[in-house]
Amino acid sequence: MQVANVLKVLLLGSALVWMAGCSTSGSKDDAETARRAAEEAAAAQAYRAEEEARLASQAMEAEENARRQADQQRLLGITTFYFDFDQSVVKPEARAALEAHALYLTSNGGNVVLEGHADERGTREYNLALGERRAEAIGRYLTVLGVTSQQIETVSYGEERPASLGHDDSSWSLNRRVELRYEN
Amino acid sequence: MSRVVLRAVLVMLAWLTLGQFSYAELTIEITQGVDNPTRIAVVPFGWKGTGALPEDIGQIVAADLMRSGQFVALERTNMLSLPSQRKDVFFRDWRVLEQEYLLIGEVTQISPSAGYKVQYELYDVYKQSRIFGEMVTGGATKLRDVAHRISDKIYENLTGVRGAFSTRVLYVTANRLGDGKDRFQLQLADADGYRAQTILESYEPILSPDWSPDAKKIAYVSFESRRPAIYIQDLVTGQREKIPSFRGMNSAPSWSPDGKTLAMVLSKDGNPELYLMDIATRRLTRLTHHFGIDTEPSWAADGKSLVFTSSRGGQPQIYRLTLATGAVKRLTFEGDYNARGRLSKDGRFLLMVHRREGIFHIAVKDLVRDDLRILTQTKLDESPSIAPNGSMVIYATNYDNKGILAAVSIDGRVKFRLPSKHGNVREPSWSPY
Repeated sequence: MQVANVLKVLLLGSALVWMAGCSTSGSKDDAETARRAAEEAAAAQAYRAEEEARLASQAMEAEENARRQADQQRLLGITTFYFDFDQSVVKPEARAALEAHALYLTSNGGNVVLEGHADERGTREYNLALGERRAEAIGRYLTVLGVTSQQIETVSYGEERPASLGHDDSSWSLNRRVELRYEN
Repeated sequence: MSRVVLRAVLVMLAWLTLGQFSYAELTIEITQGVDNPTRIAVVPFGWKGTGALPEDIGQIVAADLMRSGQFVALERTNMLSLPSQRKDVFFRDWRVLEQEYLLIGEVTQISPSAGYKVQYELYDVYKQSRIFGEMVTGGATKLRDVAHRISDKIYENLTGVRGAFSTRVLYVTANRLGDGKDRFQLQLADADGYRAQTILESYEPILSPDWSPDAKKIAYVSFESRRPAIYIQDLVTGQREKIPSFRGMNSAPSWSPDGKTLAMVLSKDGNPELYLMDIATRRLTRLTHHFGIDTEPSWAADGKSLVFTSSRGGQPQIYRLTLATGAVKRLTFEGDYNARGRLSKDGRFLLMVHRREGIFHIAVKDLVRDDLRILTQTKLDESPSIAPNGSMVIYATNYDNKGILAAVSIDGRVKFRLPSKHGNVREPSWSPY
């Protein structure tokens, strides 16, 4: 008895379902077309958006490159590197410019001369050695970044060629330097 | 190419102008003397000849003795009489003026070719007795040498210390020209600043001049080849040669006491180190093997050791290297910067540049008593060089915004300045005898 009832429900249910399916057969194609149209529109829109995004990112990249180029040029214009008293440690401020020079030298070849200097305090010969230490420190930094040692020449002038002739801290800090010069 | 020619021409011109300049390139300003200097009257020397006497010998002697800081010479305007011979000396004239010693003399012209005869006598005023005297001959260009010889003899007689008035000083002058270039000159003058000659002139730095022990040759560092190299120059012939130079620094030449070896600093092996070069064979011997800076070698008078500056302990200090064993011993323990050590001839005193409270002074360490004393009140002092009689130290410093030379006695009691008329002066080196 119950089995028969279940079967009836099932039959009825599936008939209903079948009927529901059948009952849309008339507007089914319209909905499908509309759906597909909507999909295509969405896809086109998505594609456009992607394209725009790609172009935008290209433009950003170009802008970024231009900015980097300008920055490179600016950094390549930095050819004097300063040091603390009695020190030959390359300061963090110098790194960006040195990276720019290293990039230029590894890409284009060519040679640099690094001139080391010291302020007037202390003895002349010791300052000659200190100037050389500074020039070598800069040179080592460049070789770590890929510049070959054949491209680098170092010379020290010690305290003999001051940039500033005063006898105070501000003058002295301008004299503790390495000057980078490109050779033809 | 033309630059090389220009340099050669400049060097030649410098040698052609070996002249007798009758003005002093360096003037002397005594800033401190001993408390009770010996009072000496130096009477203007008598003159027997035609024309003018080329040099005022009395004035040169008085200036020499005053420069030692141990004498004060009576001003001529205070003299009551001007004797040039014993028979004209009245000791009362000098006792009244509280003079302890009296120097008189006379110059006689022999002939234009044979030159002059100089007779002088030194007297003890209170004892009213003659101490000594002599007769010296000299050509016109040699009269200054005669005067310095007289000063040497008087100084030695009265102090017991050999005089250094006949010695000479090498130094470097530097001037910044209008277009930003620098002009450097290596000059050689008498110890009193007179008769300055230009040995070398260059647009590139010159430093570290050093004398050979026989005073006939000098060594120095020149940047004329665009990097530091050591040159040896014969003062008699004018010949100069660049000794073999290497990559990096070639500097701080120091002549050995026997004249056969040059100590120097080379960085060709990656780091500034001390080397010895045999001058005849050019053979190199490496002395130091430390990654610190080793520089400024200077020989002990017995030739057995060198003092030098090293940063091996962290900051510059002075060490001694014994050649036979290679042993290195630290000599300076006071202060955080001691450099440019120079030993006195007896090996007892070490002169140096010493930093105290940020100021660079000349200091002397008595190595026997282990006692360091600052000698100067000037600042930014460098390059001490000891007179061959060990009495005075000449050095470079700053005064009135200019580089000048200054001198101080080893006991610190006598001080004087030697500013130049012509710009900045530095790197003095006192000749041996």
